[in-house]
Amino acid sequence: MKFSEQWLREWVNPAIDTDQLVEQMTLAGLEVDDVKGVAGEFTGVIVAQVISVAHHPKATKLQICQINDGSDTHQVVCGAPNVRVAMKVAYATVGSRLPGNVRIGKAKLRQVESFGMLCSAAELQVGEDHDGIMELPQTAETGMELHSYLQLDDRMINIDLTPNRSDCLSIAGLAQEVGALNTCEVKGAQISEVAPDIEQVFPIKVSATDACPRYVGRVLNNIDISRPPPLWLREKLRRCGFRSIDPVVDITHYVLLELGQPMHAFDLDKLSGGINVRMASQGETLTLLDDQQISLDGDTLVIADNEGAIAMAGIMGGCSTGVSDQTINVFLEAAFFSPTAIAGKARSYGLHTESSHRFERGVDYNLQRRAIERATILLQDIVGGEAGPIVEHADLDKIPSPANVLLRKARLANILAHQIDDKQVLDILQRLGLELVASDDQSWTFKVPSCRFDISIEADLIEEVARVYGYNNLPATIPTARLQLQSTTELDKPVNLLRRHLVSRGYQEAITYSMVSAELQAKFDDQHQPLALANPISTDMAMMRTNLWPGLIKALQYNQNRQQGRIRLFEIGQRFLPENGALLQQEVLSGVVSGARLPEGWSEDTTEVDFFDVKGDLETLFARNGCGFLSAEHVALHPRQAAAIQCHGHAIGWLGKLHPELAKLFGLPGAVFLFELTLADLQAGVLPRYQSISRFPEVRRDLAVVIDQEVNVADIKEKLCQSAGQWLTGLCLFDLYQGPGVENGKKSLSLALTWQHPSRTLRDEEVSQWVTQSVMVLKDCYEASLRS
Amino acid sequence: MKNLEAQVEAAEQAIDAAGDESTLDQIRVQYLGKKGILTQQLKLLGQLSVVQRPAAGARINEAKQVVQQAVRRRREVITAAALNERLASERIDVTLPGRGHHNGGLHPITLTMERIESYFDKIGFSVVKGPEIEDDYHNFEALNIPVSHPARAMHDTFYFNANTLLRTHTSPVQIRTMAKQAPPVRIICPGKVYRCDSDQTHTPMFHQVEGLLVDKGISFADLKGILHNFLNVFFEDDLKVRFRPSYFPFTEPSIEVDIGYQECDSKLKWLEVLGCGMVHPKVLEAVAIDTEVYTGLAFGMGVERLAMLRYGVTDLRMFFDNDLRFLEQFNA
Repeated sequence: MKFSEQWLREWVNPAIDTDQLVEQMTLAGLEVDDVKGVAGEFTGVIVAQVISVAHHPKATKLQICQINDGSDTHQVVCGAPNVRVAMKVAYATVGSRLPGNVRIGKAKLRQVESFGMLCSAAELQVGEDHDGIMELPQTAETGMELHSYLQLDDRMINIDLTPNRSDCLSIAGLAQEVGALNTCEVKGAQISEVAPDIEQVFPIKVSATDACPRYVGRVLNNIDISRPPPLWLREKLRRCGFRSIDPVVDITHYVLLELGQPMHAFDLDKLSGGINVRMASQGETLTLLDDQQISLDGDTLVIADNEGAIAMAGIMGGCSTGVSDQTINVFLEAAFFSPTAIAGKARSYGLHTESSHRFERGVDYNLQRRAIERATILLQDIVGGEAGPIVEHADLDKIPSPANVLLRKARLANILAHQIDDKQVLDILQRLGLELVASDDQSWTFKVPSCRFDISIEADLIEEVARVYGYNNLPATIPTARLQLQSTTELDKPVNLLRRHLVSRGYQEAITYSMVSAELQAKFDDQHQPLALANPISTDMAMMRTNLWPGLIKALQYNQNRQQGRIRLFEIGQRFLPENGALLQQEVLSGVVSGARLPEGWSEDTTEVDFFDVKGDLETLFARNGCGFLSAEHVALHPRQAAAIQCHGHAIGWLGKLHPELAKLFGLPGAVFLFELTLADLQAGVLPRYQSISRFPEVRRDLAVVIDQEVNVADIKEKLCQSAGQWLTGLCLFDLYQGPGVENGKKSLSLALTWQHPSRTLRDEEVSQWVTQSVMVLKDCYEASLRS
Repeated sequence: MKNLEAQVEAAEQAIDAAGDESTLDQIRVQYLGKKGILTQQLKLLGQLSVVQRPAAGARINEAKQVVQQAVRRRREVITAAALNERLASERIDVTLPGRGHHNGGLHPITLTMERIESYFDKIGFSVVKGPEIEDDYHNFEALNIPVSHPARAMHDTFYFNANTLLRTHTSPVQIRTMAKQAPPVRIICPGKVYRCDSDQTHTPMFHQVEGLLVDKGISFADLKGILHNFLNVFFEDDLKVRFRPSYFPFTEPSIEVDIGYQECDSKLKWLEVLGCGMVHPKVLEAVAIDTEVYTGLAFGMGVERLAMLRYGVTDLRMFFDNDLRFLEQFNA
C-alpha cells in the first residue's frame, strides 16, 4: 500500500523524521519498500494569476499572457489551450529551476519576449496531466511559493503488507499502529451522522447473508457531478497512488484510503427495481467497469438488480450502472463481504482490485455506517445533493463476533524469555485497539477490535506485544538441549561420501530442473508416462522427469557448445515414476560422461572414454555390495553396449552408451555414456565382520583359455568358482586377447586363480586337480581349449 | 726392499688414475691377485733367512693393506661418481603436470547445504528428507494455510490436480516428522522446492533448508540466539543481525531476519536472509502435540540466496545452467 506521509501525520504526528518513521514501521512488520517524493525537484515556482491573454501575432498555437505574481506583472508566452483570464497558475519565474535541472530564463518565442513559463502538472511532476497548464484554486494566494502552497514537503511511502495485516490498508489503521509504536495520541476523524434530507430509499435485499452479513446503502439525489474534485482531494489520492476520476469515485476512493472501507456508487437512475445481493447464476454475464465481459461462476457473489448482475461484489462494479458525467442521483454502497466469500475469486477471473485486496484479507465489519456517513459528508460538500436515510441489512448471526482472548502473564514471559512490565503490556495492547474486558493476577482478557482478523489466540497477543516492544529489544539465548543424539547407522554410506568419491574420479556435480519436456523425456524412457503439471511454466518444463538423463544430456550439450570437450557430470536427485497408479519418488545418482578418458596432458593416453572406464567408476561406488552387469536393452542406449545393473537380484540401474541415433539427434559428437542408479541401493551396505587371516601360503595358477567371443566373462568366472574347489580365494582376469594366433570369432582369456587354506598348506596335487577340473568344466560348457 | 716401496707408490699412482671399475679391478689383480706383484713378493719370502722373514713379511702385508685400502677408497670414489652420473642422467622435469584424473567438484548449492547441515548437525539436529510431490494437506492445510487463505497467493504453486502439487517449501517434512515422532523434535529438512515463477531473480525450482525444534521451554530468545549464531558461523563473521516481524501462517510470532552490510562508507543496508518464528499452536495441534507442554521454533532459508552471498554469485540462473566454467570455480 502506498500512502502520503503528510496524511498519516494529520492523524498521528510523532516527533520523528521520515527515516525514523520508515525504520520503525519496517521493524514493526510493516515493511517499507520505498519512499518517494511527491513532486519533482524545483525552485522558483510561485502561484500567479493570469491578467490577460492575447493571440501571438506569429503563431496560432501560442498566446501572450500578462500575469501577476502578487507584486509585478510579467509577460509570458504560453502554448497551453486552457490558459484563460483570471486563472491561477503555477508560474516558473525567470531564474527558476524545474525538474531535470531545467533552468528557466528569459526567452523569445517567435520574436515575442517571455519572462518565465506557466507549468503543467507533468512538468513539475506533481501529476500526470500534460495537456494543459496546472489550474490552481482561486483561493490560492498569489505570490506564494507553489511548494508550500501544495505542501509538497511530503513523501509517498510504499509498504509491503503481509496478508494478515488488512487493518493497515488505511490511514486510520496505520495511524493506530504508529500511535502504539510511539505511545502518542491518534486524532481520528470526526464523523457525524448526516440527517436525511429526503425520505427516499432504494430497496435492498440480501439473499446471500453468509457471504454478505452486512449491506449498507443510501440514496443521494441531485448531485452536481460537473464540479471538479478539489485539489486537496486529488492531491491526497495522487499521493496514495490513485488517479482522480470524478468527484464521486474520488470520494469513494478517499474513504477506502482513509478508513479502509471499499465503497461503490451506482447511478441510481440506471438501477432497476432493487438491489439483491446474491450468488451469481452459473454463466450469468456481467460487463465490468473496465469493459471486460465476464461469464460468472455460480460461487461468485454479485450485486444484482431486477435485470441481473450489476457488480462483482467486493471486486469491481459493472459498466452499465456506473457513475458517469450524466449522473444526477446515486446509490452508495458500503458492505461487509466475508473474506472467505471473496478470497481467490478475483484471482480466478484474472482480476485484482483495491477492493478485492481488502475484502479477501478482511474489512472491519463494524465500519460500514461510519464509512457511508463519511462519504455522504464529503459528497454533499463537494457535489451537493440530498441524502436519504441509511438502509442497513445486517445478519447479526453471520457477522463475526469479536473474540475475547486470554493472555497469561506467565505464558508471555516464558515464550519471550523476558519479563515485560504489566503496565507496558497493557499500554501496548490498548493502543492497538484491544479492549481489556477482564483481568486477574495471572492474566488479562482482551476483546479484539473488529478490524483485526489476525488476532484470535494467545500467541497472536504475544506477537503483538513482542512486535511493538521490538523484536530487537528482546533477549537472545542459545537453547540448551538434552545431550542425547539420534544414532546414525554405519551400514549406510552417507551421500556426501558418494559425492566426494565421484568428485575424486573427476566428476563435476550438476543440478538440473526436475521438470522436462514431454518430447525429450520420451526419448529417454519408453516405460513410463511422466506426470504432467496442470500449470507448467512452459512446454519445456511441463513434465516431471522419470530419469535424470534429459537434464544431463542438455547440460552436456550446453557445455559442448562452449568448447568443453571432456565432460563428466553427475547429479543426485529425485525421479518421479508413475507405476501402477501410484507414484514412486525415488532418489537416484545419474551421470553423463563424454570425451577423453583422461584430461588432455603431455603423457596421457588420449583415447576416448569407453564403457569400461565408466563401469570402473561405478564399481568403486558399490565396492561393498557386489553388483552384476547384464546385457540388456534400453530405449536411450546402444543395443549392444548397455547393461542393466543388479544388486542381490534386483535391478538398481543402467549403464550404457547413448544410442547413436540420439547422439545424432542432439548433435553430440563422440561417444556419450549414461548411468543411473537408485541411491538407496548404493548407500546400503553391510557392517564389516572380521574373519581370521590364514597363516598358510597362497597358491596361484594362471590359466589361458581360448573361448567363443560371445561367451560372457562373468559366466566363465561363475563356472570357475563352482569348479575350482572350496579354497579358491581369488580369481582375476589379467589378459584378454583377440588377434593373430587366436582363431577368428574366439578370444583368449588369461585368468589367475588363487587358493588358500585356513589351517594348512595346500598340496600341489590337489591344486592341480582343481585346475584340471576347471578346464574340464570350461571345455564341457563352452568348448574352451587351453591356449598353448 | 726399496723395490717394495716403489711398487706401492706405482700401485697407488695407477689406482688413483683408474677411471672406472674394470681398470681398477685390473690394477687390483696386477698387484694383489694370485699372481700379483705383491703376492709374488710374499712368495719370495722363502728365499729370505728365517730371521729376516717375519719383518719382511710384515712389510709386504703392510704394503698389501695400503694398496687394498687405496683400491677401496678409489672404488668408493668411482662408485659415487658412477652413481652421480646415473642420477644426473635420470633427471626429470618436476614441473611437468601430474598424471591422471583431475578432481571434479561439488555444486555450490551442495556445498552451501552441507555447511548449513554441518552447523545444525553439531547442535543435535537430524537431517530428514521428504517427497517433492506433495499433497495439499501437508503443504498447506496442516500448516494453517486453508484453501481460501490469501497466503496461498504468496506461494504460486505448481499443481498436478486439485490435491497434488509440487511442494512450495520443505515444511511438509516437518509435519510428516511430527506426525511420527513425539517431542523433542530437532530436525532440518533440506531439499528442492518449486514455485511457479521464473525471471531474473526467481527460478521455478530452488533449494531450502528448514529447521524445527520442538521441546519443553523453547522460547523466542532461543530462536534469536540460534539463528544469529548460525549466521555468524555460516558467514564466519560477527554480523549485525536484525529481527523483523513478518507473517507466515505456520508461525506466530513470525520473523524475518536481515543481516546488515555496509558498502564503503554508505549507510548500513539490510538484506533479508531467512524467515522463522515460533511454531503456530494450530500446527502443533494438527499433529496432536500439547501446546501447553511444548513450544517450538521453526526457520527456513533459501540456499541459493545464502550461496550467492557467500560466494558472490550475482545471477541466480547460473546455478542451473551447469556451465562447467562456473561449476569448476567451486572445486576444492
